[in-house]
Amino acid sequence: MYILKLIFKNAFRHKLRTWLTILGITIAILAFGLLRTVISAWYAGVEASSASRLVTRNSISIIFTLPLSYKERIRQIDGVKIVSWGNWFGGIYIDEKNFFANFAVDPKTYFELYPELIISPDQKAAFIRDRKGFVAGRKLAERFGWKLGDSVTLRGTIFAGQWDFVMRGIYRGRDKTVDETTFFFQWDYLNEKMKKSSPARADQIGFYMIGVTKPEIAADVAVNIDKTFKNSVAETLTETEKAFQLGWIAMSQAIVTAIQLVSFVVIIIIMAVMANTMAMTARERIGEYSIFKTLGFGGRYIAALIFGESLIISMIGCAFGIAFTFPAAKSFGNALSNFFPTFNVATETIYMDIAAALLVGTVAGIFPTLRSIRIRIADGLRRIG
Amino acid sequence: MPKNALVEPRSIVVIRNVSKSYRRGSQTIPVLENVSFDIAEGKFLALMGPSGSGKSTLLNLLAGIDSVDSGSIAVGGLDITTLSEMDLARWRAVNVGFIFQFYNLIPVLTAFGNVELPLLLTKLSKKQRREHVDLALSMVGLSDRIDHYPNQLSGGQQQRVAIARAVVTDPTILVADEPTGDLDRVSAAEILDLMGRLNKDLGKTIIMVTHDARAAAKAHLIKQLDKGVFIDVHS
Repeated sequence: MYILKLIFKNAFRHKLRTWLTILGITIAILAFGLLRTVISAWYAGVEASSASRLVTRNSISIIFTLPLSYKERIRQIDGVKIVSWGNWFGGIYIDEKNFFANFAVDPKTYFELYPELIISPDQKAAFIRDRKGFVAGRKLAERFGWKLGDSVTLRGTIFAGQWDFVMRGIYRGRDKTVDETTFFFQWDYLNEKMKKSSPARADQIGFYMIGVTKPEIAADVAVNIDKTFKNSVAETLTETEKAFQLGWIAMSQAIVTAIQLVSFVVIIIIMAVMANTMAMTARERIGEYSIFKTLGFGGRYIAALIFGESLIISMIGCAFGIAFTFPAAKSFGNALSNFFPTFNVATETIYMDIAAALLVGTVAGIFPTLRSIRIRIADGLRRIG
Repeated sequence: MPKNALVEPRSIVVIRNVSKSYRRGSQTIPVLENVSFDIAEGKFLALMGPSGSGKSTLLNLLAGIDSVDSGSIAVGGLDITTLSEMDLARWRAVNVGFIFQFYNLIPVLTAFGNVELPLLLTKLSKKQRREHVDLALSMVGLSDRIDHYPNQLSGGQQQRVAIARAVVTDPTILVADEPTGDLDRVSAAEILDLMGRLNKDLGKTIIMVTHDARAAAKAHLIKQLDKGVFIDVHS
């Protein structure tokens, strides 16, 4: 208790310097936390993916399609429980800046395969009944103020023309890792229009989503699906939903790596600032530490005083940084919801914040401690006066 | 020895053939050369001499905060030159009370906190520590300044707190390096009186380095150092 009291008193002897250092650490932890949250948001799709779902696409590239006829053949493969399908639509609502993900899906099977998308039975039934119906995520509906029965028109980019829809439902995520910003409409609506306008593009699927009976057999089922379509017109590539999501992230790996690097650089910079503060502090108190040594206190006590002070300053900064991370992440997430559908501060990020602050506090204390312990008492006492 | 002969007090400090030098770059500067003397228990010794004569170095050596190049120093029968750094720290905590020229109090601790500091290395309970601190502060006449911080005290009062800190563990010897060097005449006289009482009433052995002849006059014994050797002895 005594030493803790002394450490606290020492930490706030130079109030301005201490509070400026705390401010620096607060900003660094805030920046670190936000950058780590950006990275988490990047991987949100991976985190939300299920081990018992597979994604089958054209083996050449995702931009090539697969025939609708594959659906029945996939269904017959051992271990397949449910087959759903869809296309990336790429529609624009009024203006490009209003970007959100929009897919044409099979409404009956899609919500069965994705139980984490929660929609009321009435709204789901209304969506299935209405060929032009659509379902939007809660956040997307809030963003544009859509209500049930509202008409919404998307301008097609991949599938040309104006596409009119009527809102039939709003889904919400089972937990906060689920994206609530997606727009789903009936794949049949897309297919029927294609049959009329571009028959060659009709009955073509962007990707199949497959539910397997148990996660352990997912790999075998994936191999069997691809084997089934080997040497066919459109060979398939089947992978777990997680691998599929990671494939998307791999395309932007350089950005993720850069963000990771910057987040660590922020910590290294504040480590240098903190080390400088502690070096100044210890230099000023070298005489006092010599008095402690003269009175019989050992090196451990001096180390405890310096490390304790360093850790207290860094942990106070960390606490403020974490406290500010949540509102900052909320504002950031709201501002960039079209890019990051889920932007939540993960528990792991908080642990990393704490670990970073502990590291900063510890590293900053090393050299002042060594110097204070090693200095001869007589030399240290000469600094007083 | 005849029955009625006065019994010589035993030597509490025995210094034999002590030499000490410092290195400055490639140069070796001798500070003490083959110094030997004894200090009897309960004596008040003043070490005098010009600046650079080696008196503070000698004080540091016999207080165990510096190490000899050669020779031996025994305090209370223990040769402290053979002790490790850690053992020396433990020994200082029990056996030496320090009084410095600039008081050397910890500014963030109150008078009570400063005096309690050496007791933290003992096994005394909190209540026992409080009793010891109260007693030490009352001895130096500062019971009413217990919660004052050093910057709320005058120079003389700060030095009295430092003296309370030095005696609170009841050490074997008290070492004082220019204890009145930073004080005005009145405060200096008070401090010297206090040190005299500690020596007389409590039998504390005191070794004091001073430039001040008036301060030295309070001692039983004055030793003059010059260029690392004793040149004269008064008693």
